[in-house]
Amino acid sequence: MDSSVAAPRAPTPASPPPSKPPKGAVEGSATWALADRIGLAICWALGLLFCAIAVAVVVYLFIQGITYLKPSMLVTPAAGGFSQGESGGFSDALFGTMIVAVMGISVALPAGIAIAVWLVEYGRPAALARITESTIEAIAGIPSIVLALFGTVIFSSTALGFFSRSTEGVVFGRSFFAAGAMLSLVALPLIVASTREGLNSIPRHVREASYAVGKTKAATTRRILLPASRPQVATGAMLGLGRIIGDTAIIVVLLGATQNFAPVEGAGFPLNYLRGAGTTLTNFVYEASPTGNLNQPQKAYAAAFVLLLMVLALNGAVDVVHRRARKVGTWSS
Amino acid sequence: MKEEYSPEYGPRWSDQRVERMLGALVCTVVGLLLAMIVTVIAKAWPSFSHNGLAWFGAGGNVDDQLNAIFLSGQAGAEYVYTFHAWPLIWSTILITGGAVLIALFSALFVAVFIVEFAPEWMSNVLQPVVRFLASVPSVIYGLIGVVVLVPFIGNHLVTEPQKASVAGVISLTGYSLLAAITVLTVMIAPLMVSIFTDGLRAVKPGWLEGSLALGVNRWRTTWKIAVRTARPAIVAGTVLAVARAIGEAVMLAMISGSVGFAPNPADGAIFIFEPSRPLAPTIVKNIDQLSSPPANATLFAIAAVLLFSAALLSLTGWVARRSMKKYGAA
Repeated sequence: MDSSVAAPRAPTPASPPPSKPPKGAVEGSATWALADRIGLAICWALGLLFCAIAVAVVVYLFIQGITYLKPSMLVTPAAGGFSQGESGGFSDALFGTMIVAVMGISVALPAGIAIAVWLVEYGRPAALARITESTIEAIAGIPSIVLALFGTVIFSSTALGFFSRSTEGVVFGRSFFAAGAMLSLVALPLIVASTREGLNSIPRHVREASYAVGKTKAATTRRILLPASRPQVATGAMLGLGRIIGDTAIIVVLLGATQNFAPVEGAGFPLNYLRGAGTTLTNFVYEASPTGNLNQPQKAYAAAFVLLLMVLALNGAVDVVHRRARKVGTWSS
Repeated sequence: MKEEYSPEYGPRWSDQRVERMLGALVCTVVGLLLAMIVTVIAKAWPSFSHNGLAWFGAGGNVDDQLNAIFLSGQAGAEYVYTFHAWPLIWSTILITGGAVLIALFSALFVAVFIVEFAPEWMSNVLQPVVRFLASVPSVIYGLIGVVVLVPFIGNHLVTEPQKASVAGVISLTGYSLLAAITVLTVMIAPLMVSIFTDGLRAVKPGWLEGSLALGVNRWRTTWKIAVRTARPAIVAGTVLAVARAIGEAVMLAMISGSVGFAPNPADGAIFIFEPSRPLAPTIVKNIDQLSSPPANATLFAIAAVLLFSAALLSLTGWVARRSMKKYGAA
């Protein structure tokens, strides 16, 4: 328990007095009642447990990933085969993840920013604003499997047959378009929330200064407010991207059923792939895990390792954005 | 930066126009949500109307019922809708409840630790750790659960006599409530921690200082003042975590055992080793049956129940937070 007591520090009169005394220097736990000290011990235990779980997940997947991941897996598509050596890699899944991420975010980012701007800067009539807020909150709370089922209804309708494979009037309903559209709904609430946070943190006088020099609201938003809230927008986008990459239910329902690209015949280059079914890393891990249809755990480890690297990279990017934003500083009102 | 009068913000991008365009987009999103609710309920209606309230009750083997529903759609014969979802609902309640209780307890302690008691270096380590745990895709948790936790439970925690005692009913292989609750806790606790810490940080320092000045020690000040003041954030985080837990489909499909079986706590401690399958994974596992009209209606009925619980949950959270805000909480 002594570790919570900071080492005594020499007072430095030159520096301004800190607004908050350094942690642990105020009062050690030595004087506390036993129950309080047990509580603090639980805090430490649970904190260390969290760290241990994170380290265990990372170390385990790194060991398994480095053992089983071969560079050739990243460039060979999955193939039929009896042993794990014959059945190829997961390049289609890797590309599928990238396609889905790009499609999802390219819908969710503009829409999310627009909704946040409307909520913060316009927001009239007030009733609609309140309904919109609850809508965004509701979308955040809807299980992605329900979104996926809704997607099957939309994209199996004959009117939207263009977005997927259709044979003799029966629309297949599984395509990158369908998955990307529904995944954008998964990312939308995160982007709206963090963009709103950014816009709300800009003090009123900044807007007034812009209006005072004759700028319209639209120009102010575009030239002043959005650039100023770029860190938050970027954070939201990356959180959304993480959710899109990590989602499995929507992929299984709206894209999966195959471990390879299944381009549609008779369509131009990008469209034939986007209209066809495919797979992503999450779907590949799901199917290759011991409970899935493929049951190739070694490949599942390798794919999960690649997926984890992506998530770690996104996390790192969020950290960098935060740190840079802090260095630049915020508005002083 | 050169900033002159820009014609792009002339009449083409006048405020009225921009407002109308953004408003239209907002209305589209609201409409999409309404359309989704209506669609799901409409699609689910045959299943509900055939079963009535018995839909939520117990009776018969759920897996057999699902199979019969699916086959009746293919044969061209009369559709069968008989479906009693209680084992699935019960499994959802057990797994979600267990995971949320454990996660609430540990997330509260960890959040308090990060905000108040951890030394600088420790909270600097814990915050990225929490963010990382929250962002790991559920399928990775599922994979680790399947290859590490499930065999461990099956080989070391479940004893042979226990396996033998239920051999005629189900097989205890490690795919169990325990595995599901453990992994789900790890998934949702970080979400709670990040929202709780925000709430605890927003507590006015003056309130805490007032308590400290009265001679209350830091531990009790934190719990009596900070945690109580941050109750709206705690409710918000818990609601979010419950929503995530109820909707978690893929991870639970992998490790919950995927058997339509209702573990009975009255059987003693063995029930945590018993397999089950909550509502959401049932949709994932039977997704190939969408082409059969009665199975389609049944799966949409499950989705409607999930949707309804999500709505009920956010309503509860909203009411709870509103009643707490009256007392000037942060």
